[in-house]
Amino acid sequence: MDMKRRAFLGAVAASATLAAPMVRAMGGKPRVVVVGGGSGGATAARYIAKDSKGEIDVTLIEPTRTYYTCYFSNLYLGGFKEMDDLGHTYGGLAANHGINVVHDWAVGVDRDAKTVALAGGGSVPYDKLILSPGIDFVDGAVAGWSTASQNKMPHAYKAGSQTELLKAQLEAMPQGGTYAMVAPPNPYRCPPGPYERVSMVAHYLKNNNPTAKIIVADPKPKFSKMALFQEGWNNHYAGMIDWIGDDFGGGNVEVNPDEMTLSIDGEVMNVDVCNVIPAMKAGRIAELAGVTDGNWAPVNAVDMSSKADPDIHVLGDASQQGDMPKSGFSANSQAKVCANAVRGALTGSRVFPAKFSNTCWSLISTNDGVKVGATYEATEEKIAKVDGFISQTGESADVREATYQESEGWYSGIVADMFA
Amino acid sequence: MRQFLFTAVITACLGATSAQAEAVQGDAAAGEKVFAKCSGCHQVGSGAKHRVGPHLNGIFGMAAGSHEEFRYSKAFQRLGSTGLEWHADTLDAFLENPRAMSRGTRMSFPGVKDADDRANLIAYLRTFSDNPADIPEADPTAQVLDHNLDPAILALVGDREYGEYLSSECTTCHQASGGDSGIPSIVYWPEEDFVIAMHAYKEKVRPNPVMQLVAGRLGDEEIAALAAYFATIED
Repeated sequence: MDMKRRAFLGAVAASATLAAPMVRAMGGKPRVVVVGGGSGGATAARYIAKDSKGEIDVTLIEPTRTYYTCYFSNLYLGGFKEMDDLGHTYGGLAANHGINVVHDWAVGVDRDAKTVALAGGGSVPYDKLILSPGIDFVDGAVAGWSTASQNKMPHAYKAGSQTELLKAQLEAMPQGGTYAMVAPPNPYRCPPGPYERVSMVAHYLKNNNPTAKIIVADPKPKFSKMALFQEGWNNHYAGMIDWIGDDFGGGNVEVNPDEMTLSIDGEVMNVDVCNVIPAMKAGRIAELAGVTDGNWAPVNAVDMSSKADPDIHVLGDASQQGDMPKSGFSANSQAKVCANAVRGALTGSRVFPAKFSNTCWSLISTNDGVKVGATYEATEEKIAKVDGFISQTGESADVREATYQESEGWYSGIVADMFA
Repeated sequence: MRQFLFTAVITACLGATSAQAEAVQGDAAAGEKVFAKCSGCHQVGSGAKHRVGPHLNGIFGMAAGSHEEFRYSKAFQRLGSTGLEWHADTLDAFLENPRAMSRGTRMSFPGVKDADDRANLIAYLRTFSDNPADIPEADPTAQVLDHNLDPAILALVGDREYGEYLSSECTTCHQASGGDSGIPSIVYWPEEDFVIAMHAYKEKVRPNPVMQLVAGRLGDEEIAALAAYFATIED
């Protein structure tokens, strides 16, 4: 067994070594351009720069100067975090690892010339391009909603100003008012995210507006950690939350942002906050690069390379890879596999077998944390699940508190893994 | 007997305020039981060695972070450079909430909240310190981690470079700097301790499901590789 693994590793390393001189022969250091400075992109840029020890030029293109994590942004809504706790900057990547951080939008990819065009003008050449652009929303996914109406009906599914807006609207709700959420169809970023958000909104309302109601229109018949969330909602927020699944018309919705109305299966209601989380697709640059098929960018599981172009890798939410959920943890995990493969291809460093893992923690109420996780491997066809676990209903308060503490530790860990 | 001696000596030495005296009186025998929380990382008694944490013999009167042969976290080195010494009062404050005294140390321990438990624990540790009241014939109480691992597994020499790659799965949660914000530090562990712990997760003896999952698919050589890497990780 061990011999086989070694032999396999040797073969991979040898083929990588053969490929390397081709890149070097073109002159200068090999160049990696990473588009998107989130969990996938920042991690990939950091690991390639850190582990290649100056042998590879790494450029990270990210429009925002402060990155707000989507994970834990629900805890901000619940009052457990401040917005500043969620913000991270790119100085460490530049100062500690020599990464060229460019704060601009990537607006096009010329795959023949191997350059990325920037909104601010000019272009950046690459030998390997890593796209980790996260998500955009599918036009027309929710009748009556568009990006133009996102200030009236925020999605708050890209953390930052939208999150602050939603919090302000929550705080401004009249006593006994209604908070509505339009939940997204699969697949989407952070499967438990909408339901953790419902929990955190309920936590806020219970303490500040206890007669308020939450209504969730959901196009799905079931959702991530459903039994755990429903148990928690009964325990902590009994009578406050009305979840309307697909069976009862939760997928048949229309909104009117000017009137602040929501129609569920033909029944129109006035709402005070309407959090519309539309159907999602890969961040637009993936489409512009021509590596998407439908809404997402298919990739090879072994190294996250695009099925459309071996010199482009796609990470995280934007990729269509198989069994992993779209999460920051997944993107971070995929980034390390990708970084190892890219480094091997460009410098002949050892390439090891792909291994992926994911854990998603959610907070239901104070010190009531739950988690779900799995390990994955690369097959010819996809990233395939190996094994998994999920928190159990009826767990003791101690276990739930320990799970929440673990999520705090994970948060500190992953942001250090991305930005330190 | 030991307990009586200790209480008497401390009361005589400190005298001071009743609050202080209360804080340091303790039952060493009861403290030995409390020490079970510490013994996963710290040894004490004859033959005690540095493991995940430094041994605790002679800790009374020692400057914090001053075992030259133990690799402390930067946070702990800073603590030592402030001139902190370990006495009943400083140990009591530290043990109540280790992270409050120094964030970012590798001591993955939330603290002993109960004041009596702390007093007992300190009384127990006191029995392994020389000055001013030595109790030289201390029992060898240090616990070796229970395991039934094949010695061949413990003898495997890890491939450090492979371990560095594999470590990237760990550092999503466990900080490479050794900082602990709710998930334990795993850097600078003796390789043997690391290997034993990972196999305990693999065999589901240790309880955390995330770790059972991660360890569950690591082979013996991969665990050895990780142990080799984390034992010698660069600052």
